[in-house]
Amino acid sequence: MSLITEHKIPIGDWAEDLIDGLIAHSGDFFDYIAMSLEFLIQGLIDLLSSLHPLVFIVLVAAFAVWRLRHWGTPLFCALSLLLIWNLGYWQQTIETLSLVLFATGSCVLIGVPVGIAAAHRPLLYRFLRPILDLMQTIPTFVYLIPTLTLFGLGVVPGLISTIVFAIAAPIRLTYLGISEVPSELLEAGKAFGCTNRNLLVKVEIPAAMSSIRAGVTQCIMLSLSMVVIAALVGADGLGKPVVRALNTVDIAMGFEAGLAIVLVAIMLDRLSKSRHQ
Amino acid sequence: MIEFKNVDVVFGKQPERAIQLLDQGMSRSDILDKTGLTAAVRNASLSVAEGEICVLMGLSGSGKSSLLRTANGLNPITRGEVRLETDKGMQNFLALDEAEKRKVRMERITMVFQKFALMPWMTVAQNVAFGLEQKGLERSHINERVMHQLDLVGLTQWAKKRPSELSGGMQQRVGLARALAMETDIILMDEPFSALDPLIRNQLQDELLRLQDQLRKTVVFVSHDLDEALKLGNHIAIMKDGEIVQHDTPENIVLNPADDYVRNFVAHTNPVDVVKANALLRPLSELRTLDDEYCLSQRHDYWLNLGETSLKSSVRYGSKKHELQNWPPEKPIETLQKQPTLVHMNTLMKDVMEIRYHTGHGVLVVDQNKIVGYIGDKDIYHAMLGKLFEED
Repeated sequence: MSLITEHKIPIGDWAEDLIDGLIAHSGDFFDYIAMSLEFLIQGLIDLLSSLHPLVFIVLVAAFAVWRLRHWGTPLFCALSLLLIWNLGYWQQTIETLSLVLFATGSCVLIGVPVGIAAAHRPLLYRFLRPILDLMQTIPTFVYLIPTLTLFGLGVVPGLISTIVFAIAAPIRLTYLGISEVPSELLEAGKAFGCTNRNLLVKVEIPAAMSSIRAGVTQCIMLSLSMVVIAALVGADGLGKPVVRALNTVDIAMGFEAGLAIVLVAIMLDRLSKSRHQ
Repeated sequence: MIEFKNVDVVFGKQPERAIQLLDQGMSRSDILDKTGLTAAVRNASLSVAEGEICVLMGLSGSGKSSLLRTANGLNPITRGEVRLETDKGMQNFLALDEAEKRKVRMERITMVFQKFALMPWMTVAQNVAFGLEQKGLERSHINERVMHQLDLVGLTQWAKKRPSELSGGMQQRVGLARALAMETDIILMDEPFSALDPLIRNQLQDELLRLQDQLRKTVVFVSHDLDEALKLGNHIAIMKDGEIVQHDTPENIVLNPADDYVRNFVAHTNPVDVVKANALLRPLSELRTLDDEYCLSQRHDYWLNLGETSLKSSVRYGSKKHELQNWPPEKPIETLQKQPTLVHMNTLMKDVMEIRYHTGHGVLVVDQNKIVGYIGDKDIYHAMLGKLFEED
């Protein structure tokens, strides 16, 4: 038995060496990414914070009416935001919304093309599938550590971790949607003279749209679920008061911040669904 | 026109492996066992003339759809050629590059699908416009053509609906309009009506014939329904195990089946709805003549005397002379006199029989105002039973 325990395989050390090597060789590169991302997300936060809460609430409600064509959800959104404003979590909510929107945007921008490429190339998907599984099953805290060392404390490691965690959803559902486009639609497209590009834009993507949309909705929810964890590495937002409440056993603050997160989650879920669903 | 020349279609990896086995005449199942390849079509040659409907007919798995789909490149050809009319004359479709193939698909050849294949997120009008947009036509021109096509298939009021709001028959009309809008001379139809219920199917068949009367397209039509094939086809190609076993007119398929397979196929077909006078008649040249009279029946002492025109001819029955009468197709048969009748070449067998029964006389067949042949009981029984009877 001692033979097995005697010499430990240094997997952990290898991982550490890898990260140290990355920092030593391309530390500037990661600093640069961190700076750019911080700049972008801070810009989004500043933009949304510059709106007076009332203006923001009206805009959200108007968007909900336009998108859903009924009154229940817009009313719910307005009341929830008013409550959050009243409880004093407005700024944190804006920060969380920015983080979620930014992460979702990045996931969609990367995930949808990757999903399409995977659907067209079976080999690529076979290579991707274990990676996607890995990204979704590794506990999020574990890859928080390397992102923290690579990008430093702040919003960026939280954002990167969020993207890593949430990007599998749009990739998978885009892949699913595109590969399940009925073959007769593809044949019709081809028979009527579509180029490969037109086939993608005019047939495949529209046919896969409901699946892609489901991927985006899931992505939003997954991003939101990372809010508290992102706060651990210094990302601003509703996660911060939750972490602080945990450390100080502050039931009141924990409950309020938790409630705000739940309200934001319900709002985002309702708003990201179209009126047919 | 469109021409298939010695087409082999093999599905699977490295399909060339099957070619040698095909040439050795190995059967489909043996090829599948030996190589894992499916020989869908073997050595199929077929020429479809301009303006005619050719029906590829066979059971499922006979290779009819596979052959059809080679015509616009949806299926690859392992060996052989598909030749069709392009700007540069007759060309082998397979030898064209991707851009030229696309051009052929937009300008020469179009398709109607079995399961309609309409885009569910588009309106009816957008679906009809689909191919025209690929062509890059001007918006106003597209709209004009779309409205014209919808009018042609009677769906103008449904232009703004989604396909899912339409019945199956209407959806296939949209499919038809989408194909016709391309204004190509060749249309491929892959079992377009088999997903529809019989009543609607019949309606759409009639509509196709009506449109074909106006438009004169070259149509390659796949069907597994013999009645449909006989109704629509100017020619029928019957396929079995990837091979064309008989390519012929509907009458000949029914009257002279090439082998037992075709014979079984047509065994339950009622020839009276299919066979026309021109296939039934005995030509005058085959009749015995005596003193300028053609012998129609020796036993009944029944003779034909040709006059200057068909109507001025007469028939002698023993010592009694009978004038002839014309039968225009719109005239009710009950109103005919009890005397010999002249009918046109295209008269259906069931009308010929009814005239024969009602008038008590034989039927004379006219082409371009000349009597070309005679149909007596013997010819009718022959067609019904597929047997020749000796007279007298």
